[in-house]
Amino acid sequence: MATIIYVDHEGTERPIEATNGESVMEAAIKNSIPGIDADCGGACACATCHIYVDEAFMDKVGSPEDMEQSMLDFAENVQANSRLSCQISVSDELDGLKVTTPESQH
Amino acid sequence: MDLSSAEKVVIIGGGQAAAQACASLRLFGFTGSITLIGEEAALPYQRPPLSKAYMKGELAEERLYFKPAAWYEDQNIDTVLSVRATKIDRSAQIVELEHGGSVPYDALIIATGSRPRALPVEGADLDDVFDLRDLADVERIRPQIISGHKMVIVGGGYIGLEAAAVARQMGLDVTVLEMEERVLARVTSPIMSQFFTDEHTRQGADIRTGARLASLKGADSKVTQAVLADGTELNADIVLVGIGILPNVELAEEAGIACSNGILTDQDARTNDPRVFAAGDCAARPLVHYGRKGRLESVHNAIEQGKLSAAAIMGKPRPTEDCPWFWSDQYDLKLQIAGLSQGYDETVVRGDPEDRKFAVFYLQNGKLIAVDAVNSPPEFLASKKMIITGARLAPETLRDTSKSMKEIAATTA
Repeated sequence: MATIIYVDHEGTERPIEATNGESVMEAAIKNSIPGIDADCGGACACATCHIYVDEAFMDKVGSPEDMEQSMLDFAENVQANSRLSCQISVSDELDGLKVTTPESQH
Repeated sequence: MDLSSAEKVVIIGGGQAAAQACASLRLFGFTGSITLIGEEAALPYQRPPLSKAYMKGELAEERLYFKPAAWYEDQNIDTVLSVRATKIDRSAQIVELEHGGSVPYDALIIATGSRPRALPVEGADLDDVFDLRDLADVERIRPQIISGHKMVIVGGGYIGLEAAAVARQMGLDVTVLEMEERVLARVTSPIMSQFFTDEHTRQGADIRTGARLASLKGADSKVTQAVLADGTELNADIVLVGIGILPNVELAEEAGIACSNGILTDQDARTNDPRVFAAGDCAARPLVHYGRKGRLESVHNAIEQGKLSAAAIMGKPRPTEDCPWFWSDQYDLKLQIAGLSQGYDETVVRGDPEDRKFAVFYLQNGKLIAVDAVNSPPEFLASKKMIITGARLAPETLRDTSKSMKEIAATTA
């Protein structure tokens, strides 16, 4: 279990208890977190689950693989801490992870 | 028609379009009752993994569901499952159910999806002959996915080829029978067909094109052989059928709602009855970037029309219509498709199929209308945007791999 804190683009924080092994995207969808669309359901096919990872967790979250990176290159408003949340797997280590959703996924 | 005073929304169907309509209605602030009537026992779930990661056993069942059961309770959505709707009575504004009873509506969304085309040969009803459409189908198939077993797949479309990839990776002997002269004939160009044929062949699957199935033979009601029109007999422990789907339009048709290869809708997903909407595989919608109507069998379409119908019911501005998009996973290949290639007059290949990373662009009168991108997200994502803007591109520009897709897209902006 890990608490993941989703912050929307206006700064509202929504903490969620996420299960180990599910993705940061799945935990968001199950809990109706606004700002994450995840149209493809986690197949790394659509780039609509873009989030910004809190700087303090960048090392723990790791870096994107090639496929994800090239998807991210075409997302809107990409930053150095951008990730696709379907590609981040929840673990105890990520307890307290804060991620911010962009204003739009499309 | 203004439906902003609607208090009761009924959704017939329990797939992705239905789930999206539920979520979007609540997101848009609908506070009335929502009733979802689903024929399957399961709450709405993702279908794409059924022929991919889920079939392979890499994805737990609970991860297929869009929302947990508690969500429907929290959102006050009444799910009526394992129940078939038998009639839409438009004058009384009710949906009748198979075991009696009816549900009244102020607005109705028909999201009845599609069903597999039945195999029109003798022996199709033998045991271990399966469609691949529902969770229940895959539950029956999975115990038969045994290394060394012989699997015959009827149909070389996306479903058939995805299942072939899973079965090969699980150690089965796989033969794919395709009636046309090439696999994926209905949906892609000869270049892509050849690429996927080569890939499956390299992976050890036997791809037979121009192969017409004549019958299935069995012993003790279980399938044992597939017999082709030319007399060839193939041993089979399991047969998967993926020869296309038919839209479930009967309920709508019987209610006098206009249909033509799908339930006809306008841009808001509304049918010719202003209180009735259609979304997903069953609907024939305006394809706004192509100037025609058509039916799309895809996640993108189910999501979009779920949103469009919810927005129309709530009197919200129409959500932007995206370029149609699709994907397929086979082995370690991710195929991403943007747009609709029908009617292309020129293809342009970027990259080299030998590298297992390339894209085929489809042009019509110099205008980009579609792309098939293999392990090439930039080609897919850039094209998605350029197709919407009606970008015109010279073949040599698209071919030039010294320029990134970002640079190429910038020249069209």
